[in-house]
Amino acid sequence: MAFLFYLLSGIALLSALMVVLSKSPINSVIYLIVCFLSIAGHYILLNAQFLAVVHIIVYTGAIMVVFLFVIMLLNLNKTNEPHKSVLTKFMAVISGGMLFLVLIAAAKGVNEMIVAKEFDANIGLVANLGKVLYTDYMIPFEASSVLFLSAMIGAVMLGKKDKK
Amino acid sequence: MDFNIYDFTSFTTWVHNALTSSMSPGWAMFVELAIVGVVFIAFYAVIGLYLVYAERKVCALIQNRKGPNRVGPFGLLQTIADLFKLLMKELIYIKNADKFLFNLAPFIVIIASFMAIAALPFAKGLHAIDLNIGIFYLFAVSSLGVIGILLAGWSSNSKYSLIGAIRSGAQVVSYELSVGLALLSIVIFSGSMQLSTIVESQANGWWIIKGHIPAIISFLIFLVASTAETNRGPFDLAEAESELTAGFHTEYSGIKFAFFFLAEYMNMFIVAAIAATVFLGGWMPFHIPGLDGMNHVMDYIPPFVWFMGKTAFIIFIMMWFKWTFPRLRIDQLLKLEWKYLLPLNLMNIVLIAFIVLMGWYIK
Amino acid sequence: MICAKVYTPIDYLPIMIQSFVVLGFVVTTMIATHMLGPKRNTKQKLENFECGIEGMGNARSPFSVKYFVIAILFVLFDVEVIFLYPWAVNFKELGIQGFVGVVSFSALLLSGFGYLMLKGAFDWEK
Repeated sequence: MAFLFYLLSGIALLSALMVVLSKSPINSVIYLIVCFLSIAGHYILLNAQFLAVVHIIVYTGAIMVVFLFVIMLLNLNKTNEPHKSVLTKFMAVISGGMLFLVLIAAAKGVNEMIVAKEFDANIGLVANLGKVLYTDYMIPFEASSVLFLSAMIGAVMLGKKDKK
Repeated sequence: MDFNIYDFTSFTTWVHNALTSSMSPGWAMFVELAIVGVVFIAFYAVIGLYLVYAERKVCALIQNRKGPNRVGPFGLLQTIADLFKLLMKELIYIKNADKFLFNLAPFIVIIASFMAIAALPFAKGLHAIDLNIGIFYLFAVSSLGVIGILLAGWSSNSKYSLIGAIRSGAQVVSYELSVGLALLSIVIFSGSMQLSTIVESQANGWWIIKGHIPAIISFLIFLVASTAETNRGPFDLAEAESELTAGFHTEYSGIKFAFFFLAEYMNMFIVAAIAATVFLGGWMPFHIPGLDGMNHVMDYIPPFVWFMGKTAFIIFIMMWFKWTFPRLRIDQLLKLEWKYLLPLNLMNIVLIAFIVLMGWYIK
Repeated sequence: MICAKVYTPIDYLPIMIQSFVVLGFVVTTMIATHMLGPKRNTKQKLENFECGIEGMGNARSPFSVKYFVIAILFVLFDVEVIFLYPWAVNFKELGIQGFVGVVSFSALLLSGFGYLMLKGAFDWEK
């Protein structure tokens, strides 16, 4: 189990690095898919089977398809690739470094966390998950449908033509 | 070992015991799974090739022709000969293509379709992966194939491929929603996503009979939506020959073209098998309560034959669609899904929830 | 109790091995076809297919934004379908409470549908 954990973590980290480093945006999407699949593997190791499959459907199946559509919509000819100035690169390094600092600060306290001893291995199975979602968390679930409604309106606005 | 075609559990335990007696448990499991994998590859190839043959024969039947009849008796070896021909062909890399993605795309498509086949319950005890979220797993795996299609179209750097891929992408993702909702209706009835549990819940009648009107509605929606999701005619405008040559795989040649072709037919087999499992009782024989004599005769037909028979029936309907209806336009296609099927499906779900709440179905 | 059987991560090991087996199969076939097939590249053969006329430009051109809107709507509805699955598994236990919850959820969804139709999001021919 530990071996699988390290293998999956290694794949996830490596592919995440490749997302940033690869030149072509469409290759980044491929590496992102690999990254997501290895994270789904982590969910399975935690016995959260339902979440693992949801992760595959939503991220690799749906969001990556949207990403691919966006990239295909872009005009990717070499001639009009935006030129990145030194200033932009500098700013990117600084903002990335800040995020890294925040993450380190957050990770410092991890050792003091108490791991729940009574871990129920079946907690991530769909039957138990559904029971909790539809009894204790009914109101957030209903609120999420309002969120979907607003997202739909946003999608319609995006597809509208400018009136001139 | 007692070999029983009605219950494969004894056979699988026999294989398991034979392997564990000769090697360590870890290795035994590994060898077992590898054997299962190889068997599935052989099954995949045979089914894929014979579906191509079946399609040509059905097409010939409908168009009043003879179909393939030269290679082997009744042309049975025709598709195998075609496979060897495609293996010997040159692989052409288009000058402007993105070589890495161009090679990757058929891999994604074929792996996605292959992963789904292992989760199907073929007969009692003949079930490679029996997850407690079986339906959901199939739904997830079948949603990955579209990435391969989009990559194939984009990396070819050809206008035909690009238009085919975009149309196909929009079509597959749209109809996936209807497929998911149609399967959901049976999950409400049976209260489980595990495929073996769903099949066993149909021992006293198939869901399409037990769930009467709403189940029939969702079966019809599933049939239409899955035909569209697998890019089959009359929804095959991704590869509309008359305008787009071959759609997203225009630039592919040799075995890579064969992979796309095989994956298309296997996807058809998979959706037909899902429909047979979920709506038509899987490997359960057809029983009518009260008629014990007939039920007894039905029990003599092995479950595997029942499963394949039901699947073949649905495949035949899908082929019949293809050779009967004219092709739709892309706007008509997306309108059908978003304006009619999806709202209808949502209302059907509410109706089913009401029926289950009231207990107005055969338990 | 539904979870009488124990479900563990080991159930997913076959999936991993299956993917390795199929990867092995595809790679072997590719190697075999590279060895068997001829390699005679000519300039014309490596051009894109363009119905026999000279190729013009390449395929890196933008297309209708409507496809993109479809993709976004797909993500939204996909998440909703996924929300309904855990509900469907537990529906018989949840009873009337689950029914009311999902009917209101679906009502909001269908009103969203009504909005999309009124705004003409699915009217492609315009």
